[in-house]
Amino acid sequence: MSDKKQASLLVQGYEVVIGFETHAQLATQSKIFSRAPTAFGAEPNTQACAVDLALPGTLPVMNRGAVEHAIRLGLALGSHIAEQSVFARKNYFYPDLPKGYQISQFEIPVVQGGEVSFFLGDEKKTVHLVRAHLEEDAGKSLHEEFHGMSGIDLNRAGTPLLEIVTEPDMRSSAEAVAYAKELHKTVTWIGICDGNMQEGSFRCDANVSVRKPGAPLGTRREIKNLNSFKFMQQAIDYEVRWQIEQIEDGHAIQQATVLFDPDTGETRAMRTKEDAADYRYFPDPDLPPLVIARDWVEQVKANMPELPRQMAERLVQTYGLPEYDATTVTQSPAMAAYFETAAKASGQPKMASNWIMGEVSRRLNNEEKDIAKVPVSADTLAALLKRIADGTVSNNAAKQVMDALWAGEGKDVDAVIEAKGLKQMNDSGALEKIIDEVMAANAPMVEQFRAGKDKAFNALVGLVMKASKGKANPQQANDLLKQKLQ
Amino acid sequence: MSAPELHQMGVAELAAAIRHKKTSSVEAAQHLLARAKQHADLGAYLAFNEDLTLAQAKAADARVAAGEHGPLLGVPLAHKDIFVTQGFPTTAGSKMLEGYQSPFDATVVNQLAQAGSVTLGKLNCDEFAMGSGNDNSAYAPVHNPWDTARVPGGSSGGSAAAVAARLVPAATGTDTGGSIRQPASFTGITGIKPTYGRCSRYGMVAFASSLDQAGPMARSAVDCATLLTAMAGPDIDRDSTSLDHPAEDYTRLLGQSREGASAAQPLKGLRIGLPKEFFGAGCAPDVLAAVRAALSEYEKLGATLVDISLPRTELSIPVYYIIAPAEASSNLSRFDGVKFGHRAAKYDDLTDMYKKSRSEGFGPEAQRRIMIGTYVLSHGYYDAYYLKAQQIRRLIAQDFQQAFNLCDVIAGPVAPTVAWKIGEKSDDPVANYLADIYTLSTSLAGLPGMSVPAGFGAANMPVGLQLVGNYFKEGELLQTAHAFQQATDWHLKTPEGY
Amino acid sequence: MSLTLSDIGRIANLARLELSDPQSERMLSQLNGFFDIVEQMNAIDTTGVEPLAHPTAVIDHVSLRLRPDVASEPDNREANQKSAPAVERGLFLVPKVIE
Repeated sequence: MSDKKQASLLVQGYEVVIGFETHAQLATQSKIFSRAPTAFGAEPNTQACAVDLALPGTLPVMNRGAVEHAIRLGLALGSHIAEQSVFARKNYFYPDLPKGYQISQFEIPVVQGGEVSFFLGDEKKTVHLVRAHLEEDAGKSLHEEFHGMSGIDLNRAGTPLLEIVTEPDMRSSAEAVAYAKELHKTVTWIGICDGNMQEGSFRCDANVSVRKPGAPLGTRREIKNLNSFKFMQQAIDYEVRWQIEQIEDGHAIQQATVLFDPDTGETRAMRTKEDAADYRYFPDPDLPPLVIARDWVEQVKANMPELPRQMAERLVQTYGLPEYDATTVTQSPAMAAYFETAAKASGQPKMASNWIMGEVSRRLNNEEKDIAKVPVSADTLAALLKRIADGTVSNNAAKQVMDALWAGEGKDVDAVIEAKGLKQMNDSGALEKIIDEVMAANAPMVEQFRAGKDKAFNALVGLVMKASKGKANPQQANDLLKQKLQ
Repeated sequence: MSAPELHQMGVAELAAAIRHKKTSSVEAAQHLLARAKQHADLGAYLAFNEDLTLAQAKAADARVAAGEHGPLLGVPLAHKDIFVTQGFPTTAGSKMLEGYQSPFDATVVNQLAQAGSVTLGKLNCDEFAMGSGNDNSAYAPVHNPWDTARVPGGSSGGSAAAVAARLVPAATGTDTGGSIRQPASFTGITGIKPTYGRCSRYGMVAFASSLDQAGPMARSAVDCATLLTAMAGPDIDRDSTSLDHPAEDYTRLLGQSREGASAAQPLKGLRIGLPKEFFGAGCAPDVLAAVRAALSEYEKLGATLVDISLPRTELSIPVYYIIAPAEASSNLSRFDGVKFGHRAAKYDDLTDMYKKSRSEGFGPEAQRRIMIGTYVLSHGYYDAYYLKAQQIRRLIAQDFQQAFNLCDVIAGPVAPTVAWKIGEKSDDPVANYLADIYTLSTSLAGLPGMSVPAGFGAANMPVGLQLVGNYFKEGELLQTAHAFQQATDWHLKTPEGY
Repeated sequence: MSLTLSDIGRIANLARLELSDPQSERMLSQLNGFFDIVEQMNAIDTTGVEPLAHPTAVIDHVSLRLRPDVASEPDNREANQKSAPAVERGLFLVPKVIE
């Protein structure tokens, strides 16, 4: 990163350092160590079997599906998949932790290293991973009160998680959010996580610290349970400003765990958990080491869908798309398929990606729809793109056609163009006539242009387009007007 | 069939009597239930459910009537209260689980039930299987039927006392550091702890996960073999440490001679290794005398005695008492008053509820081991204690493998003394730990070990001979014990009045 | 390696145990007595020795068995909660959990 760019990221002269720990719930049928179902939303404690409740005499038995999901993640992120990894007990007391310990992985995790690349604006970023390990989720404590008591639901206890840990590579809240979005895309793309953040399937903890450039790392505070991208950025920004204020006031930053309050927009320290650091990790004697043979990894690899990054590279190679476009259209398998169909059918890949990133995405976002629910098929879009390419309609007119198609006013592109009379004027004679009329009616503006005021040209083009009721071919209008103004 | 004879029968005899309709499972169960009540002062039992017992007995009788055969069909047994059972409460000898009703049965209990056995009740034990005298039970202490002023041993003290007093022909026990072998030795009965992972631990209230093993306790090697055959086997679905080793019929080797042996010398060719560390000054002379006499019998049966060394025997004490409490401290964390078990009546807040519930529910020995375990796992001490202990553990296991190059079976005393008087050792926990010296290393290595009645020592108290085999050699151990039991009658002796 | 009363307090807290003063004193002397024996371990050179977490690993390669991803446990809430100290509407009740 250039010094200038680095400097531009500084907040009040401080460098922001961010690392993420993400807990992704794995989309398996059963829990990681028991055969209870993992479906969301069941009645309390109806999906917590004896093993999940830690009834005396119960023991864990490992879910093959969870391991396979971990292998998939490792492959997707270019990580090393450990041939042998160990489960360890993390000991602490909490009502949502039935055994009084969480089965996790400590010294030897199943996935080691790896990286996540994404675009921040038009700059390519890579965040390095330290590790990803398998562990079990805890239950839930309900906010609703029962005569001063809390209610504990252990349905979620034992749901498999992958905890994905990054190096402190990120330097801004925007970068952190972009990373989180890319990771979210990856885990949903490869089918290991449903990505439903409202249901808690994808939870991020942000480790945030600040320092003067060149200084050693500052003390970090951990913002827990960020489960919305919007709040993620807000929370980190607030925390950064808070830390800087503390330091400027002469206070040292104490390591703490904090929660973000979306109502106030502030982070505040949780009640300190005494002895929080002493989890007394030791290898779980109930679980022998997890061995993953090379051929299992090869098998999983062979069955993996094309990964977003690979696909993006292919689109760059095959269609000459800019990296940014390729990355954006590969945000989900559905969107990527939509793009490829439209690109192939229209023969206009760049135009296709422009339209998908622009008009299509905008409408989907407004209606909070996913590409799976898009009302205009890729083939229909391709047909429209062809009509732009062959000059039948201008880009602007095409937007009006899209409006009609989107609203369900018709399925056939040509029919809609016809019905709405949006065919572009390609008759240069008629166009010249309009240009002459406009120039005549706007003599002062013409003078201004000839006197050197370039802006007047755009104004004249605008008037020509208006006079043609948008039907003029903008390029043609441009060229002709230029000619006449000489 | 005259009533007094029923409790004199072992498992094999009783099964045969039931099969040949000389008696019925119901009759046997009723007789033994009455006998248990008669000798309630032994403190062996913690719980009964007569209706359920008789229902099980009726069902067994129906199976017999339908022509079914089985070495355990209709035979009444009792289970150490470490095994969870539906229909009988499970306390693990602790106030923490007073009245606890498990919604499932332990796999071992299930397997014995499928073979047709009938559950008479739950047997007393040291709290969470921690102890060597069954004087750590939160309920009454258990008394040794040979001398009721003395301990029966622990932690399977209730099981040992019940079998020795013939309240039941056989019982299940568990052994983590000697808890089957030592009470068997103290009460003159036969008991075996199989190879680690041989029996499922699913449904055994966990004490030390890498050491706990279920095993039978009975009045002969034959009966132990019968029970072990039903108890052992892979539990792939529920226990990840259960070994994927096919079920074996342990009775098949009994009575068969070894290759090259004869009827007179059934143990010809068997090399019995005697670790010099087991025969030193640390063992009481009366115990050594009984053990040596038993070993002479083995020589008469054709075995050769070989001197060997298990150099790290003494180290097994700190190693075991680091590893077991460490695992236990974590296993016992689930007892928090939230989902089951004791919850204090009064508390200020959540943390206070935890502290009061656990301090009220756990007895002093359990609390002591939780403290040791928590400490050795805590930040800064893990390497020096837990990790170091697990490293030495490997060296101890390797010592055994070296020894098995020189012999087939290792033998020696089970404990340094006979059973002590109740209350004699309670104040000094460390002294108690030292007395486990001969049994701990077997558990650490995960090897199978037996105790076979071998005679009597001081105060006319029973002395057991310990036999240790290599991994998966339970069959050979039982064969060796059986040959001894065919030539001697120590195992047939009964305490007076029982 | 001698423990102090403050160690006892810290460990008891970690283990969620509550010891009275006399209990703490007794525990202290018992634990110190115990750790005297433990010192023996220091004399042994264990450089390069792998810890033995699973006993039979000495003779056999022990690895984790994996089961198929099938949800087969039915709802058994009533039986599972039979011994629960406090239950309401299927939830386990505990003193209020403060974050």
